[in-house]
Amino acid sequence: MTTTPLAVRADRAWWRVPQRHVPVLATFVLLLVMYGVGVSQYRAFSNIQVVFNIFIDNGFLLVVAVGMTFVILTGGIDLSVGSVVAMTAMVSASLLRDGVNPALVLVVALLIGPTLGFAMGCVIHFFDIQPFIVTLAGMFFARGMCTWISSTSIPITEGFWTSAAQERIRIGENFVSVSVLIALAVVGVAAFTLAYTRLGRNVYAIGGNPQSALLMGLPVGRTKIAVYTISGLCSAVGGILLSFYTLSGAPLIAVGMELDVIAAVVIGGTLLTGGSGYVFGTVLGVLVLGVIQTLITFDGTLSSWWTKIVIGALLFAFILLQRLVGIRKK
Amino acid sequence: MSTVKARLAPVTGHRLFWPLVMLVVLLVANTVYRPSFLSVELKNGHLYGSLIDIVRLSAPLILVALGMSLVIATGGIDLSVGSVVAVSGAVACLWISEQPDQNSLGGVFTALAIAFGLALVLGVWNGVLVAVIGIQPIIATLILMVAGRGLAQLITSGQIITINSEPYKTIGVGHLLTLPFAIIIALVVAVIVAVLTRRTALGMIIESVGGNAEASRLAGIRSRRITLLVYVVSAACAAIAGFMMTANVSSADGNAAGLWVELDAILAVVIGGTSLAGGRFYLSGTIVGALIIQTLTTSVYAMNIDPQTALLFKAVVVIAVCLIQAPAFRARFRRKRPLAPPPAPTAEKQKEQVPA
Repeated sequence: MTTTPLAVRADRAWWRVPQRHVPVLATFVLLLVMYGVGVSQYRAFSNIQVVFNIFIDNGFLLVVAVGMTFVILTGGIDLSVGSVVAMTAMVSASLLRDGVNPALVLVVALLIGPTLGFAMGCVIHFFDIQPFIVTLAGMFFARGMCTWISSTSIPITEGFWTSAAQERIRIGENFVSVSVLIALAVVGVAAFTLAYTRLGRNVYAIGGNPQSALLMGLPVGRTKIAVYTISGLCSAVGGILLSFYTLSGAPLIAVGMELDVIAAVVIGGTLLTGGSGYVFGTVLGVLVLGVIQTLITFDGTLSSWWTKIVIGALLFAFILLQRLVGIRKK
Repeated sequence: MSTVKARLAPVTGHRLFWPLVMLVVLLVANTVYRPSFLSVELKNGHLYGSLIDIVRLSAPLILVALGMSLVIATGGIDLSVGSVVAVSGAVACLWISEQPDQNSLGGVFTALAIAFGLALVLGVWNGVLVAVIGIQPIIATLILMVAGRGLAQLITSGQIITINSEPYKTIGVGHLLTLPFAIIIALVVAVIVAVLTRRTALGMIIESVGGNAEASRLAGIRSRRITLLVYVVSAACAAIAGFMMTANVSSADGNAAGLWVELDAILAVVIGGTSLAGGRFYLSGTIVGALIIQTLTTSVYAMNIDPQTALLFKAVVVIAVCLIQAPAFRARFRRKRPLAPPPAPTAEKQKEQVPA
């Protein structure tokens, strides 16, 4: 691709979209169509607060999905995210209950996820065990830790947490929560890292072909460990946002969240084989999931299981699309 | 010393050695904790005891894991088995619950046939996505894993369907020839799969497809057909497991039936020594793996530990077994102790020197 002469590129018509943008654009179009359907069907849907609510309700999902994007871009997978989110929320809730300083709690909670991610990355890289199995063990470990801490839900009544949960940042007549700003900041940092830093380039290179990345002298091992650490960090941030959102830590919270996250990343146009995808696509994927839930809530007659069926159908459609784009490339 | 080691080498080097050691350790730990653990007694012509219970409860997992081994042997993975368990159980229970006489054999058999047929269709769906359209297996089956759960809840309308059918209950808790019926079903399926794959060329063909699908196709094997077949077999095994699980509790819960069974099944296969990379499969190892997982679960219940905390133990066992089996870990371990090298690598070295 990079050896294509510039002249050929200039000849391309301006409306021809680069192939790697097609999945993201498809998601964008789908999002617009779904939003349009919502607006045409329900009058209250056009209220801008509906959009803000999608962000408020899915802020933690967005942060975790951004971390997962890094892992999937290298061709790996991280099944432990849901459990790490729950463990972070549990640890913060139990420490706060014991009267620990909230600043210290934040630091501790933000350290647990990356530490577990780092450990999993090391096992994956040094012992060459499939990411699927290692992160599965990590998922069991984190979920087990949750119930070991407490088998019942722990409410959070601490001042900093409640003020962070209830703070409404006004934008005109509408409002967003602190979590949304944090989530958007994470998205911004992640997008910058992937697009403009050496680490980001390495992630794409390893996802494209780990063998040639190694032969090019890229630090394959370090990058692999880094992406699992980043995913752990994002899960930890997601866990804190979730504890802001629910103001409690429950051992069985965020069960099966890894599936939603993977679905969001795939719908966002990231190839599961690695090497192709954007953080922006992941944001769109999370929004698509959010809009589906909002549509089903607005409808009122559809039961919650339709969410799963629709997500399954969308996954199918997008994977098929990726496949078609891939075939055309050949 | 060295001769003892040399004599033990074929034993410790056997792929079933470490999984079996793990199983024995678990059983010994249980016996120490509760001395009556190993006793098996005959009551009313039926065998009872903790050991029998463990085997009976592991029957569904063994079934699912057997199908999973074949899928993993082709280099694939089937995440949808849990959903297939839920769907097949839901359909069977729904059909039986609508019969005027829930105890009629005909009604139960029709229910089983319909649910089994639907499971085969789901298997074909997975197989077509992987073999014909060429989607990565983990993603192709993820679709059904997510949507299938919704489908199961759609079938049961989000309710838990409770049935009162003696013939159906037999599948889960009945007895035949002193043994629980579930054990016999699992045994029969295991023997059928073993005979079909190891007494015919089918097993080798599956392994060759897992090794290199394109090369096998060029060698005259219909790779696509084999790939499709393993997903259908996996769904069929999951369906039977679904009947067992729902029969055990005489009710179908679209949300909870077979939840996480896919992870347990993959664990059982990996513990049994089958690599996720494909190209090899060990049915005996898979069965031992499933027994280890069920023994672990049962012992955790017996020791009054919170079932969720049991996941901690599971994580430790998974990592321990995977690390011991990982070649990279063994190599590292060997390098650190150069004074006592196991005899296996020297044998390999000799082999390497001969052609040179």
